[in-house]
Amino acid sequence: MTTTDTGREYGTRTDPASGTRTGVAVALRDLNRRFGEVRALDGFSLDLAPGELVTLLGPSGCGKTTALRALAGLEDVDSGTVVVGGRDLRGVPVRQRDMGMVFQSYSLFPNLTARDNVAFGLRVRGQDKAARRRRADELLELVELAGRGDRYPHQLSGGQQQRVALARALAPEPQVLLLDEPLSALDAKVRVALREQIRAVQTRLGTTTLFVTHDQEEALSISDRVGVMRDGRLEQIASPAELYARPATAFVAEFVGTMNHLPGTTTADGVEVLGRRLPATTDRPAGAEVDVLLRPEALVVTPDPRGSGVVVATTFLGAVTRVHVRLGETQRSGARPGQGETQRSGARPGQGETQRSGARPGQGETTVLVDRPSSAVADLAPGAGVTVEPAPDAQPLVA
Amino acid sequence: MAAVITAPPRAPEKRSRRRGGAAWARRLVFVIAGLYFLVPLYAAFRFAISTPDGGISGAVFAGIPAQEGFLDAITLTVRLAVISLVITLVLVVPTAVWVHLRMPRLRRVLEGVTLLPIVVPPVVLIIGVLEVAPPALKGTPDLLALVYVVLALPFAYRALDSGLQAIPLRTLVEASRSLGAGWGRTLVSVVLPNLRSALLAAVVLTVAMVFGEYTMASLDQYETFPVWIVVFQQANARVSVAVSLLALLGTWALLWLISLVDRRRPSPEDA
Repeated sequence: MTTTDTGREYGTRTDPASGTRTGVAVALRDLNRRFGEVRALDGFSLDLAPGELVTLLGPSGCGKTTALRALAGLEDVDSGTVVVGGRDLRGVPVRQRDMGMVFQSYSLFPNLTARDNVAFGLRVRGQDKAARRRRADELLELVELAGRGDRYPHQLSGGQQQRVALARALAPEPQVLLLDEPLSALDAKVRVALREQIRAVQTRLGTTTLFVTHDQEEALSISDRVGVMRDGRLEQIASPAELYARPATAFVAEFVGTMNHLPGTTTADGVEVLGRRLPATTDRPAGAEVDVLLRPEALVVTPDPRGSGVVVATTFLGAVTRVHVRLGETQRSGARPGQGETQRSGARPGQGETQRSGARPGQGETTVLVDRPSSAVADLAPGAGVTVEPAPDAQPLVA
Repeated sequence: MAAVITAPPRAPEKRSRRRGGAAWARRLVFVIAGLYFLVPLYAAFRFAISTPDGGISGAVFAGIPAQEGFLDAITLTVRLAVISLVITLVLVVPTAVWVHLRMPRLRRVLEGVTLLPIVVPPVVLIIGVLEVAPPALKGTPDLLALVYVVLALPFAYRALDSGLQAIPLRTLVEASRSLGAGWGRTLVSVVLPNLRSALLAAVVLTVAMVFGEYTMASLDQYETFPVWIVVFQQANARVSVAVSLLALLGTWALLWLISLVDRRRPSPEDA
């Protein structure tokens, strides 16, 4: 393999072969940035531990790219500090910040071969030709493009181009790796393969990495921690598992994974929803009508010809099948649901896409999504009557 | 992946084959246009090589360099072309790049400004240039180069502007800078190589403009190549026509050379 990497063990955060340049801590403190009336960054703070891969996730316009560009030095901030490896980067220009960056759009220099692209940062640093050629070939091998060094960018596919861009960003052994939606221009299959490759390379080199994406599946699958952003601030930052299981706010809950909105009533120590009492924390007084958020897997659907729900569709997702069930308002009074169709048509649940289902309390009907093992949905064809209940261990979020 | 690589070049081929029925119409247009250009050229050529006694001789071409004033005129024009080219590129390239990167809203304004030389009458221009020219240049033919810079502006700027539009300039520049390159290196190693076509177009247009410009030079009373052709015509029309033909051939050769260079070629590392 590569000469600089052979002595390094997986998971180590420092690089004994070439000093301790990899894996530095990054601290963004109270960053503010306004574009006219829009607050792209509004008191934004974020810490990255050495070698950590943190993803900023959020809808477009939430400020995630601005945060990354502020760290890169490509965007000025109105106030706040950026400290990398103990060094305050205020006033330090982009080219002296020692960061590798991969862009959303294809950014390879069209006039240079893949190898020369990778070697560009080394050429700037004055390395001699033989050394930088060697290093470039090492990195191309690292991203599994050995032998493609002589190709020009236009001779490479989109995924290959982004791999070369990754190799190019890593070649000068940057302190920090910045990935600005590097996968969004690629098709789904390439995207999945490449994100795993990015994670593998990042883990191996131990480079502190900030990744920006609007794709929650991407964020959850490769990050040490995920920060969900909204309106220029961090809404919550946590490990993917915790973010999914214990979203701090309704916004996070909806943005990460799929959520059902169900009408419920608060009780003394929790909430009652779909006829079952569940423990939950809320600051609402007992007896209040509330919006209860439950994951599709926190619901149980049982075939029941006299149940209050009707299966309207099923979506095969692999190991699980998502069952779309229409519940009448009626669920509480026990009557059959009415005929009015309120299900949103065309909403195809798919992996990696945020979706919202259900309706606010008080509306006539509610469509809920329930995940069941695909092996156990034979009796849940559209039209079947069912009962939907929260699982006993469900952890509802009260909005 | 192989399909991704090879698909784009194939698409136009397919389309033209589908429209093969209109090929005869294209050929007809081509022939008419060809005749329109070639007949006068042939007439000029026939005129140049005919001798007073009704014979044919190519001697007129061989005698061109020896004609009085020819070498001086060519030297002066080449010199003016080089000077105006250098000044134009040094002025326009960084400006166009900067406007594209930092002040995209100014693009329209700049476009308008660069069109002024076409709108404003030459006499006004030359008075303006005389007004602002350094005193040391006044009375020298080099002053003409400054006028040519102004005249070349619309062509050079437009060529570069469309070239800059065609590349992801901002991303390329940001990538270069994040890799540690300064502005100078970014411009030389990243921006300019990817503007090659646009730069060549700017060069050709500027040079062609200088080689064809008559009004300014004659107003300023310098005998540049075009002025010489007109003046000399009165003495010897046959030689004058022969020179014009050669100038045309020279321009063609230049264009052809440039289109050769401009083809996407696998280049070795430019280090």
